[in-house]
Amino acid sequence: MISNLPQAEALVLQPATGIFTFIWLLVALPLIGAFLILTFGKYLKNSAPYLAIGLSSASFVLGFTMFLQMLARPESQRGFVSNVYQWISSGDLNVSFGLQLDQLSIAFVLLITFVGTMIHIYSLGYMEHDENRGRFFGYLNLFVAAMLLLVLADNYLLLYVGWEGVGLASYLLIGFWQSKHSAATAAKKAFVVNRVGDFGLSLAIMTMFLAFGSFSFSVVNAGIQNAQDWLALTIGLLLLLAAAGKSAQFPLQSWLLDAMEGPTPVSALIHAATMVTAGVYLIVRSASIFNASETARNAVIIVGAISLILGAIIGAAKEDIKKALAGSTMSQIGFMILAAGLGPVGYVFAILHLITHGFFKAVMFLGAGSVMHATNDNVNMRRYGGLSKVMVFTFGTFMVGYLAIIGIPPFAGFYSKEYILEAAFSHSIWVGLITLFGAGLTAFYMTRMVIWTFLSPARWQEGVHPHESPKSMTVPMMVLAVGAAVIGFALTYNHVFEHWLEPVTGFTEPQAPISVTALTLITLTTVAAGVLLAIYLYRNISPETPQDVNFLTRAARQDMYGDAANEALLMRPGQKVTAGLVKFDEKAIDGTFLGLANMVWGASRLLRQTGTGYVRSYAAYIVGGTLLLMFLLLIVRL
Amino acid sequence: MSPEAYLILSGIIFSIGAMGVLLRRNAIVAFMSIELMLNAGNLALVSSSRTWGNLTGQVSAFFVMIIAACEVVIGLAIIVTIFRSRRSASVDEPSLLRW
Repeated sequence: MISNLPQAEALVLQPATGIFTFIWLLVALPLIGAFLILTFGKYLKNSAPYLAIGLSSASFVLGFTMFLQMLARPESQRGFVSNVYQWISSGDLNVSFGLQLDQLSIAFVLLITFVGTMIHIYSLGYMEHDENRGRFFGYLNLFVAAMLLLVLADNYLLLYVGWEGVGLASYLLIGFWQSKHSAATAAKKAFVVNRVGDFGLSLAIMTMFLAFGSFSFSVVNAGIQNAQDWLALTIGLLLLLAAAGKSAQFPLQSWLLDAMEGPTPVSALIHAATMVTAGVYLIVRSASIFNASETARNAVIIVGAISLILGAIIGAAKEDIKKALAGSTMSQIGFMILAAGLGPVGYVFAILHLITHGFFKAVMFLGAGSVMHATNDNVNMRRYGGLSKVMVFTFGTFMVGYLAIIGIPPFAGFYSKEYILEAAFSHSIWVGLITLFGAGLTAFYMTRMVIWTFLSPARWQEGVHPHESPKSMTVPMMVLAVGAAVIGFALTYNHVFEHWLEPVTGFTEPQAPISVTALTLITLTTVAAGVLLAIYLYRNISPETPQDVNFLTRAARQDMYGDAANEALLMRPGQKVTAGLVKFDEKAIDGTFLGLANMVWGASRLLRQTGTGYVRSYAAYIVGGTLLLMFLLLIVRL
Repeated sequence: MSPEAYLILSGIIFSIGAMGVLLRRNAIVAFMSIELMLNAGNLALVSSSRTWGNLTGQVSAFFVMIIAACEVVIGLAIIVTIFRSRRSASVDEPSLLRW
């Protein structure tokens, strides 16, 4: 295998004209909403949610109009760059606040604003009884603005602003119920773990500036072609660290499960559909860097594969419905990261899976929220069961999401997962087999979730009377379910999505060693095996948690010992290091300075003996001093 | 006219004054000794002024006299106050201003 893949043709960006001069408005609209709600929330009272929904949907309408305009143009003229203003100008460092709207960005813009708006509407019902819901909608708008900035930036520094912005919004929203201790801790944990990843991104950006003297995508893409191998490898690995932090990939996955402490719409929007996929965006956006280094690509594949399997195992053992879904998210993003690591053969499919996942996972999270809404915020799946009869709409939309994620044609996940499998098998048989195994696990844990929640006999807690959620919640779920059902087919029909993204990411046709039909059959068989295994295993479900379980289940209940590993590898040695530093500080540094101070103190003790308080002795010092001076002057003269 | 004699006289008066400040305990006497030193300085200034033929020295002597007068007023006031509270005019008695 050749080490350096051929680079895609450099993307030619046009200066923005017409409607495209308003790219900044995409970011500004939700930002204005966040500003107004968070500053003047007191005066807005009950209109804050509607303002947030209005501005978020306005952003979607504007994005959709731009999308239609792009469609009308020839393929080579669909990328635009709009310099809003000169952001930093200092010596060699010139950074413009430039926004880039191309085929990749617009896909994200549509996903973020559409799913975002749907979840805004859903929150209207879900947060109805929360007295701080104004603040909640302000944060949601802030998130949408930051995420749009992330995908629209035309240089890495501006991307970093958006990257930190979504981290901030995520922190604020995980800890939205900050009076709950667990929520406050989870928010802090998410923030700290994300900082590790952000550290990687900032180092990558500094390296780029050192090497190429610029942050802009175009300069870095051009520069990396002639750069040394180690440079591409370094930047690639640092970017991978950043992606792992933001996308909850191994080894920085531990924050995502705790992040489920936030309100469920947040889990759906930020921790399933959009923010956590920013890592995938980063890798695909930096395609030229990863094309230049095979080792970096292999590292990406390994990280993706480990997360894919680990996440699926966690998802299969958790009894908390949101945490099971979070494990599933980690696993599905593992699919995307793995696909992105395959190179030009996989970039397009990573993004395709990202979009289909955005729809079906949002549907399922919103469904989980609806179930919680109906059962007094219970999240334990052992106390669900039989909800298919009382919550018809929730059950129906959840089933669409379920069929999409396990990959039953013609639902969305089938297409994207099928292509990823094809690309993985054309890379190597082992990567293909891991992906296939992951697909089987997905079918298993999702079937388990559906059986436990909706199909098995009811095991409700006392006093719980499940009921269907209000229209404001079910309608967005239905809209997203329609998306989850058709978007896969719509995007892959006639390979339209590959052609759409090819100018930005490059694309090579996957060459699987077996025929596509055979691969589809094998995949569907694996999926069926996973489904049947789950049906067989979960004929009876006890409402209590059994303790005599195998090692793997025990490990998965502990998040695969992710926290324990962090504690043993990082926290304890870190505490030792700080304890040592404290000791060093006390002994060496304090000792030095205290010793100096003591010396001065001793010297002054001697000196102060001369201050007797007698006027005549002071007069004698003056006379003596004057005489001494005169004597010295005489000597110098002579 | 040679200024040497005046300068030597000035030195002698200054030394007497300095010795007086260093050796006598009575505050009034120490005070008079200080006046002696100031006037010795004035004498040197005036004789130098004569020698060089300009008025700078004499003007300086005027300033010294005025400052000496002010100093006497304040100094005597302090001495009287101390005497009132301590019944003594010795400069060795008040030695509280120390470490």
